[in-house]
Amino acid sequence: MSTASTRMTGAQALIKALEMEQVDTIFGLPGGCILPAYDPLLESSIRHVLVRHEQGAGHMAEGYAHVTGRPGVAMVTSGPAATNLVTPLMDAYMDSIPMVGITGQVGTSAIGSDAFQECDTVGITRSCTKHNELVMTPDDIPLAVRQAFHLATTGRPGPVLLDLPKDVLQNEMTWHWPTDDEVAGSLPGYRPTMKGHPRMIKEAARMILAAERPVLYVGGGMLKARAAEILRELAEMTGINVVTTLMARGVFPDDHELCLGMPGMHGTIAATTAMQRADLLIALGARFDDRITGRLDAFAPDAKIIHVDIDPAEQGKVRRPDVPIVGDCRLVTEEIVQAIRDLTASGIEQADITAWKSRVSGWQEIFPLTYDEASPGAGLKPQYCLEELRAASTDETILVSGVGQHQMWASLHWKFNQPYSWVNSGGLGTMGFSIPAAIGAKAGRPDATVWAVDGDGCFQMTAQELVTATVERIPVKVALLNNSYLGMVRQWQEMFYDERYSEVYLSTETPDYVKWAESMGCVGIRVESPEEVGPAIEKANSINDRSVVVEFRTDSEEKVFPMVPAGVSNDEVLVHPSQEQFRAQLG
Amino acid sequence: MTAFNPHGTSLNHGILSVLVQNRPGVLARVASLFARRGYNIFSLAVAPAEDETQSRITIVVDLESAPLEQMVKQLFKLVDVVKISELDPRRSIERELLLATVRADTGQRSEIVELVKIFEAKILAVGSDAVTVSLEGHPDKLDDFEELLDSYAIVELQRTGRVALPKLDRAARLRAVNPNQKGKVS
Ligand SMILES: Cc1ncc(C[n+]2csc(CCOP(=O)(O)OP(=O)(O)O)c2C)c(N)n1
Repeated sequence: MSTASTRMTGAQALIKALEMEQVDTIFGLPGGCILPAYDPLLESSIRHVLVRHEQGAGHMAEGYAHVTGRPGVAMVTSGPAATNLVTPLMDAYMDSIPMVGITGQVGTSAIGSDAFQECDTVGITRSCTKHNELVMTPDDIPLAVRQAFHLATTGRPGPVLLDLPKDVLQNEMTWHWPTDDEVAGSLPGYRPTMKGHPRMIKEAARMILAAERPVLYVGGGMLKARAAEILRELAEMTGINVVTTLMARGVFPDDHELCLGMPGMHGTIAATTAMQRADLLIALGARFDDRITGRLDAFAPDAKIIHVDIDPAEQGKVRRPDVPIVGDCRLVTEEIVQAIRDLTASGIEQADITAWKSRVSGWQEIFPLTYDEASPGAGLKPQYCLEELRAASTDETILVSGVGQHQMWASLHWKFNQPYSWVNSGGLGTMGFSIPAAIGAKAGRPDATVWAVDGDGCFQMTAQELVTATVERIPVKVALLNNSYLGMVRQWQEMFYDERYSEVYLSTETPDYVKWAESMGCVGIRVESPEEVGPAIEKANSINDRSVVVEFRTDSEEKVFPMVPAGVSNDEVLVHPSQEQFRAQLG
Repeated sequence: MTAFNPHGTSLNHGILSVLVQNRPGVLARVASLFARRGYNIFSLAVAPAEDETQSRITIVVDLESAPLEQMVKQLFKLVDVVKISELDPRRSIERELLLATVRADTGQRSEIVELVKIFEAKILAVGSDAVTVSLEGHPDKLDDFEELLDSYAIVELQRTGRVALPKLDRAARLRAVNPNQKGKVS
């Protein structure tokens, strides 16, 4: 490493620090205040992906982080660029995505003067970052960068933002790379708990063995903790069914006999109902989101709760746990598995859960996911398109979704058998997420096939990043489910506002997605009839040198089922109309 | 909901003593956390702590707006927060300072002086038709004083919000009153 007295500019120190943190890709767009940082980038090993809008940079950083587990980095200038980054920061905060945002800022002497492109970035992003910092001297840059990566990736991961005034980037400093001890010493209040409390672990193990109607309620925290393997061990050793939330799809294989799929507002009947009737919920890295619980006071009324989470503030935030365990989800699950082994070895037997499991499989059999066949001449069924796409894909294919009906259909009808093969915006529900996130995912995992599934509303928010994909040679594939509507909102208006459609129709004619795709350097394919679906997918999968947009013309009236209306108990889930006759069997 | 006296000792207030790293923006972080999560603050006092790289923030919070446990856990997520103590009002020493300017003609002045004597308050300034007084003490005492002052015309009044520290345990208290040792218990 360099000698103690190496002099360099703050900008050089920034790029060097990013290299030290093993950053291989930055998503960004330059401008006035961040200009100094773009100069040393020319000599750096780091790849910079030049986006068309800073929101795209942020979502790309998220997509990258989702599939690699490494923090994504977005770098933009001050003012409007910083505010353009706010949505992805909030998205990453809600979904606990490790991300480092770097913004330029006006010179230190101009701060507070309403200078050109000045904004209070640190103030604006305070509530959508895990931490943020305005760095006031170049000497502080290496430590600030180390802290940022440490905070973004440890404990409950999340976005961290560094705001760098122009003169701080321009002025000289003496390089010093802080040691681990210096980083820890500089953050005296930050000590994430990793290991579970031994007494709580033991108690959890006892409760798991004693439960007659247990369910493993698995959230995105298990993916963050890279806990797929130990989860499988826990499920298989106990035979307990697993539900995977929207943020956890793929952490447990959908084709596993114990998997019930996604629970909640648009969850499978088996998953949602099993949670409702359970006597024990083993919540691993999940946060009892309102989209899962439905009306809270009617949620899982008979269930005791074991709640494992690295964030102590999640314990008891929504539902009071009987056994709270703060710690890293993988370590704690390992400890629970060991504690169960110890108890079994000491002669304690697991309660008989066979009756419960046959009830659960009864729900699975009576209420499978279903949809009506397309009527001749009408639009395609989106579920059919997704099933065909899945059939033509491998378990390794990465699916990146936007927000709306297509997201729910993707989560429901795709079979996820690999962790990190599903990327979506869960907590914030950010329309426009999928195209840039897919590009970020592909940049992070160039060998993987990345499909974005998008709605026409979402696509129109961020599609311009396909230009980035073309120019930067990061080819992705897009399955555009075009129903000409803001479909999810249309569904609510149909069901809960007496079919009074207010501002949800986009257009059937405009834009021409094929021409648009072509103008961005992509291949565009339009699919209007069921026979064309398979061949179009095959063609898209055969093109690997550029991005492909397959526009599926889908049925505007198709709705997502099952559905728990907002604010209603999960017991009152609306099943697909064809299954209504079996309602009584939900009990 | 009954009217709440923000200064008095009441069952629905909690006291948090929060030790933070003394860095720019830390107070804003604490304040925006409370605002964002809908937690109400009754009073807040900040000053550097014994270690000057740190500050101690005493926050009196409304327990009707959220459970204290959630407030503590959310506060702890702020990277600059080093330590949080929940101070049980029954086991802590609380102090506050009150300043008030009261209109008083020559006739009323002696009544106010009497009040000041009883409360062991201080007269800080005397004008032709007003006096400025100060009282330091337990917030409850300040409440009583304020209530009595209210029967005269209060021109301006400012209270600091409470600061608090845990009471010493018995052994420590005995040590503290030992005349050979420095330190005073009030
Ligand atoms: C940025 C943003 N604005 C508005 C919404 C509210 N919203 C949720 S889903 C949806 C419709 C999405 O339409 P589209 O992309 O066509 O997908 P579809 O539901 O038709 O599959 C809207 C407007 C949102 N989630 N995000």
